[in-house]
Amino acid sequence: MTEFAVELRDVVKTFRTPEGTLLNAVDHVTLQIRNGEFFSMLGSSGCGKTTSLRMIAGFEWPTQGEVFIAGKAMGHTPPFQRPVNTVFQNYALFQHMTVYQNIAFGLEMDRVPPAEIKRRVGEMLELVQLVGLERRYPRQLSGGQQQRVALARALVKMPKVLLLDEPLGALDLKLRKEMQLELKAIQQKVGITFVYVTHDQEEALTMSDRIAVMSKGKVMQIGAPVEIYERPSNRFVADFIGESNFLDGTVREVEGDYATVYVPALNAEIRGLNTGQVRRSESVVVSIRPEKVRLSSQTALQNNSFVGRVTKSTYIGADTHVYVDVRGYLFKVWEQNKISSLDPKAYYTIGQEVVVNLFPENTLILSGM
Amino acid sequence: MNPYHRHVFVRVATILVYFFLYAPIVLLVLYSFNASRTNILFEGFITSFGPLKMQGSLVVQSPCGPFHWFCELAQNREVRLAARNTLTIAVISTLVSTIIGTMAALALQRYQFSIKNFAQASLYIPIIIPEIVMGIGILILFSQLFELLNNAFQLQGDARLSLGLGTVIVSHIAFSVPFVTLVVQARLQGFDKSYEEAAMDLGANEFVTFWRVTLPMILPGVLSGALLAFTLSLDDFVITFFTTGPGATTLPIYVYGLLRRIITPQVNALSTIWILVVIVAVLLLQQPQRRETR
Repeated sequence: MTEFAVELRDVVKTFRTPEGTLLNAVDHVTLQIRNGEFFSMLGSSGCGKTTSLRMIAGFEWPTQGEVFIAGKAMGHTPPFQRPVNTVFQNYALFQHMTVYQNIAFGLEMDRVPPAEIKRRVGEMLELVQLVGLERRYPRQLSGGQQQRVALARALVKMPKVLLLDEPLGALDLKLRKEMQLELKAIQQKVGITFVYVTHDQEEALTMSDRIAVMSKGKVMQIGAPVEIYERPSNRFVADFIGESNFLDGTVREVEGDYATVYVPALNAEIRGLNTGQVRRSESVVVSIRPEKVRLSSQTALQNNSFVGRVTKSTYIGADTHVYVDVRGYLFKVWEQNKISSLDPKAYYTIGQEVVVNLFPENTLILSGM
Repeated sequence: MNPYHRHVFVRVATILVYFFLYAPIVLLVLYSFNASRTNILFEGFITSFGPLKMQGSLVVQSPCGPFHWFCELAQNREVRLAARNTLTIAVISTLVSTIIGTMAALALQRYQFSIKNFAQASLYIPIIIPEIVMGIGILILFSQLFELLNNAFQLQGDARLSLGLGTVIVSHIAFSVPFVTLVVQARLQGFDKSYEEAAMDLGANEFVTFWRVTLPMILPGVLSGALLAFTLSLDDFVITFFTTGPGATTLPIYVYGLLRRIITPQVNALSTIWILVVIVAVLLLQQPQRRETR
């Protein structure tokens, strides 16, 4: 038994566009999903995440490369012979069957004895908290309840891997947050590998053990949520997950874990963590999150401190979003409102002079690709 | 509520529509109880029961009372034969055309093939072409084909191929298939392939997926198509007229034959029963659709 529940090896999926050109929806993707892991594929629409999921499920076959499930090459194995089950984006509940019949369907296909079907469907109804609704038809359920039926129907077969294609997309925000926590709890309880496709970064960060950030058919980075957010490996990931201030520059010096970069926009040098393993004279991007920029009235650092002027300040409750102009470059700074005050001056005013401090340990030097 | 629905024009239009749609039917049913044998004017009901008594062309007493013409009809062997032929043709042609039409609709929805556009367009040809042209065409086809086969195989006597129940059934299937296909296609428009993917994902192969998921979900469309095929076949006069042969008379052909001799209220009685059958069939077949739209 291999430690990987799912493995994609150099997988390519080529589609013909309506214009007749060929497009690699999935472009040489290699990734391993560990047993029992909650793994998310995150990206905007058209990044290849759903196509990757459909290739694991068996609805599409790779043009090139191979999909392995529990160590076995899948080749052209049809969906009904793969040890995976799917929760569909639109739920795809069978409208002519009751909740019970929907959940029992997969077990009937496996010719499980009726008594066992009854027991296992009962367990599932309990797990997803739908006891009492088993005789209803899908159209008599709310969106959240339908979502639970879809989950129960796929989970009842105890697949090696459960595939979820944006299952919370149709729910309202509050319900979505509840379901995120519940999904994670269910996953930990049943111990099944979840492969979760989403375009919602917060959802991915909340639930996942690891995330694959995808763009244009390629994997941009794979890592735990904290790695993805705190140590993005390139500009795309830093930009896609959360927000960042980006400054283009050239490496002047590399010393230990740090590098010094000359930034033409500020006509100054900035020191930061050399997370991109960059070398001298390389073109790079300096990246710092808005909440990690510190404002002060006086210069706090020897380097990495710049005097600027506030051009805009927006109070948004927990934070104040401050925009500071430094020599023509506009820094985004999220200041936490730690002190309760009604005085507008407490939240920075337009034209106010402030010092922007970029602490080197919060400043990332990414390779310029 | 839109105030225009009370506008005088709307009311007049509504009344006119109902009048021209239903007044003929009401009259037709009324005349099936007519005491007058010539059936030109309505001359009252037959009110007394007893042995048949006539006064000129008026029936004044009948063993069946007001239902005199229905009883006459029931004793008419030709009508019974025609009714049996009509039902046999309708049932067989509905079954076959529903199966073929549903298969065609599914194929047109999910597969790409070289003659797909042609196949789709060709569905409309039998609907657009005047029925009489179709009828003549089918007649020529059958007579040429049968002559060729009869001569080629030296068929004699009863073995000779000729027009009859078989040719009527085949031609009814031919004109019903496009209707069924178009009706089922309309239903398939909203049918997401993810339902079938879900079934396969849960372990059902293609065959089980069709029987357990696809067919039940498109059943309302298939039943509408079948109902349409059934009523088209029951009603059909023109194509049946050209393709029928001895012993294969259907009700529309029989009624037409009666009209050329004398229009007795028997024809009305027959039509009344016919209308009842069709209404009951429509009501029964609409049940699943009503549940669907609730």
